[in-house]
Amino acid sequence: MRTIGFILQKEFIQIFRNRAMLPIIFVMPVIQLLILSNAATFTIRNITVYVVDRDQTGLSKRLVEKFPATGYFQLVGAGFSDEEAADHLKRNRANMILQIPHRFGGDLSSGRPVKVQFIINAEDGNAAGLTQAYAGTIVAEFGRAVAEESGGTDAGGPSIATDYSYWYNPELDYKVYMIPGILVALVSMIGLFLSGMNIVREKEIGTIEQLNVTPIRRYQFIVGKLLPFWILGIVELAVGLVIARLIFAQPVVGQFWLIFLVSAVYILVVLGVGLFISTVTHTQQQAMFIAWFFMVIFMLLGGIFTPIESMPRWAQQITRLNPIAYFVEFMRMVLLKGSTFSDVASMLLILSVFAALAITLSVLRYRKVTA
Amino acid sequence: MKSFRGFVVKEFHHIFRDRRTMLILFGMPVIQLVLFGFAIRNEVNDARIAVLDRSNDRITQELTQKILSSGYFELVERLQGVEDIERVFRRGTVEQVIVFEPRFAEQLTADGRASVQIIADASNPNMANLLVNYTASIVQDFASRRFPADRGSSGIVPEVKMMYNAELKSVYLFVPGLIALIMMLVSALMTSITITREKELGTMEILLVSPLKPLQIIIGKVMPYLALSLVNVVSILVLARTLFGVPFQGSYTLFFLESLLFVITALSLGIMISTIAENQQTAMMISLAGLMLPVIILSGFIFPISSMPWPLQVFSNIVPAKWFLIIIRGIMLKGAGIEHVWKETLILMGMAAFFVLVSLRRFKVRLQ
Repeated sequence: MRTIGFILQKEFIQIFRNRAMLPIIFVMPVIQLLILSNAATFTIRNITVYVVDRDQTGLSKRLVEKFPATGYFQLVGAGFSDEEAADHLKRNRANMILQIPHRFGGDLSSGRPVKVQFIINAEDGNAAGLTQAYAGTIVAEFGRAVAEESGGTDAGGPSIATDYSYWYNPELDYKVYMIPGILVALVSMIGLFLSGMNIVREKEIGTIEQLNVTPIRRYQFIVGKLLPFWILGIVELAVGLVIARLIFAQPVVGQFWLIFLVSAVYILVVLGVGLFISTVTHTQQQAMFIAWFFMVIFMLLGGIFTPIESMPRWAQQITRLNPIAYFVEFMRMVLLKGSTFSDVASMLLILSVFAALAITLSVLRYRKVTA
Repeated sequence: MKSFRGFVVKEFHHIFRDRRTMLILFGMPVIQLVLFGFAIRNEVNDARIAVLDRSNDRITQELTQKILSSGYFELVERLQGVEDIERVFRRGTVEQVIVFEPRFAEQLTADGRASVQIIADASNPNMANLLVNYTASIVQDFASRRFPADRGSSGIVPEVKMMYNAELKSVYLFVPGLIALIMMLVSALMTSITITREKELGTMEILLVSPLKPLQIIIGKVMPYLALSLVNVVSILVLARTLFGVPFQGSYTLFFLESLLFVITALSLGIMISTIAENQQTAMMISLAGLMLPVIILSGFIFPISSMPWPLQVFSNIVPAKWFLIIIRGIMLKGAGIEHVWKETLILMGMAAFFVLVSLRRFKVRLQ
């Protein structure tokens, strides 16, 4: 036990005397959390529209005015040339072209069906779909309003009404969804990179020899290396949660003890993977590239940014091996929906297995003998 | 000049003799592009839903069938009561519940109106919004086909043309983004430790007493990585075209020139980090933990920049990947030429020049 105490002391001194590292470990994640949480949103606003109105009647002008009035759209230009409209789309000056044909007003008031055209920049398919839905609603409502004014009757057949409710997040606020994800990403990154470079650094500088000739046992060595980063990780997570709660009013519906219990296990997984990388590599450069490789995969396939359900089947199977996927899902469930221990027990079990596996492997891989 | 050539040869040796790192440098971007290209999607696809059918008549069954046959949804559970909704949401097994009111068909024929309630788990707001919109339009479509009443013909029919990506595939959006992300991180990462590594191993002293000028040292450090990155650009582009069928409307020459420019920008950012950081660990933490999330989130790779609050839209201007992304999406998807992207190109050049200048100023010719 005393041996572990000494290693702990050494590790903490090493972390805290490196002045350049302290802001990277403590300040940078906080800044990223504060800034990036605001940036990560799919909410579509300010769709820029270029109008080609070949009708120029009162009705067509009224329709055009409907667009900025919703708050989703912003008119950026108008003209009569198709080329100029297309050019706006190409230069990203407009997301959508609204084309109103000649005789629009006349046909509409005499009850004939009329067409309008939306030409949408669909590079971002998700945004294009929503743009179409919003624009379609505006046009349909306008058509209905005109029909009512001109005394048209709504010949009603049977109709099915749909009403909807958004549970757990009725305002569809994207921040409360992204903050747990970004927080998990930050804590995982710091934990994985620090632990991943740790042992290999001693190898590269040569100080590992000094450790190897001491009577420290393998498990003591690994525990001594793990604990400081484990404490760091938990502190970071707690600080992040406090900031999320105070500044972004992140709802915390679930129980605190559950959050910290699962976090404690999760951070062990991350550190275990890091230490394993550290034991199998020879230089910090190699360790860093491998850690980076896995981090990017864990993160982008972890459901933080794009939903796991949208992935093809085989990729969904791969995410079963991804600790971040479990932890992000857990955090969102507990923070937003108040899921309880029994709801998340299976995730906790899987994370525990991962942790045990990663740490056992690194203890086994660590050799006191240099080849 | 001769000493410079010798230095470049040394740098190439440094990198190419370490087979593991070589394997990582060439293999990683390819594996990542393949994996992410297939897996990073945000279309709705087999969303897990549950149905609470309190009527269970012919119409509700037909409607359920219709919803399920759309391909967007997958029925995982039939619920028995309202209290089940909370349970399935809390466990996270279901993303949306569709509730049919009791006596659905009867009400529909008697009153001409019946209602379907769609309850979405909006802890993922984007998905919830998409799912509800899809479901609602399927229900409306069902109603108008099943009961084709004359609804007055005075409607306006919108005719929609989706430009540049008619099938709304997110892969076309994400693959160029992945190219930018992978190039940025790999390049910055690779160079960020080169100078600090020499500092840490003590070989920096030898370089400093050599007749090489700081600029020569920096250029010599960058050259091998530039070569490496260009190989990566080619392999990534080949994959994007063959495996993912991403369209390529513009000019390949322009694409390679812009990629070259972007790689140089990223490499010089790495060099700048390298001159600032004292040891490899610090350099790596800056280029890994400091760059990864901002590049993913603020470049427009996944989240549209136009949706961000304006201070962040301004802030995103300092992310080089954002400009490169505009350029290559333009070239690949829209066939943009240099006349469309010259502004972004100039900005990238400015950034590269800035990074090189700062590195030169920070480059200390003496050890302390």
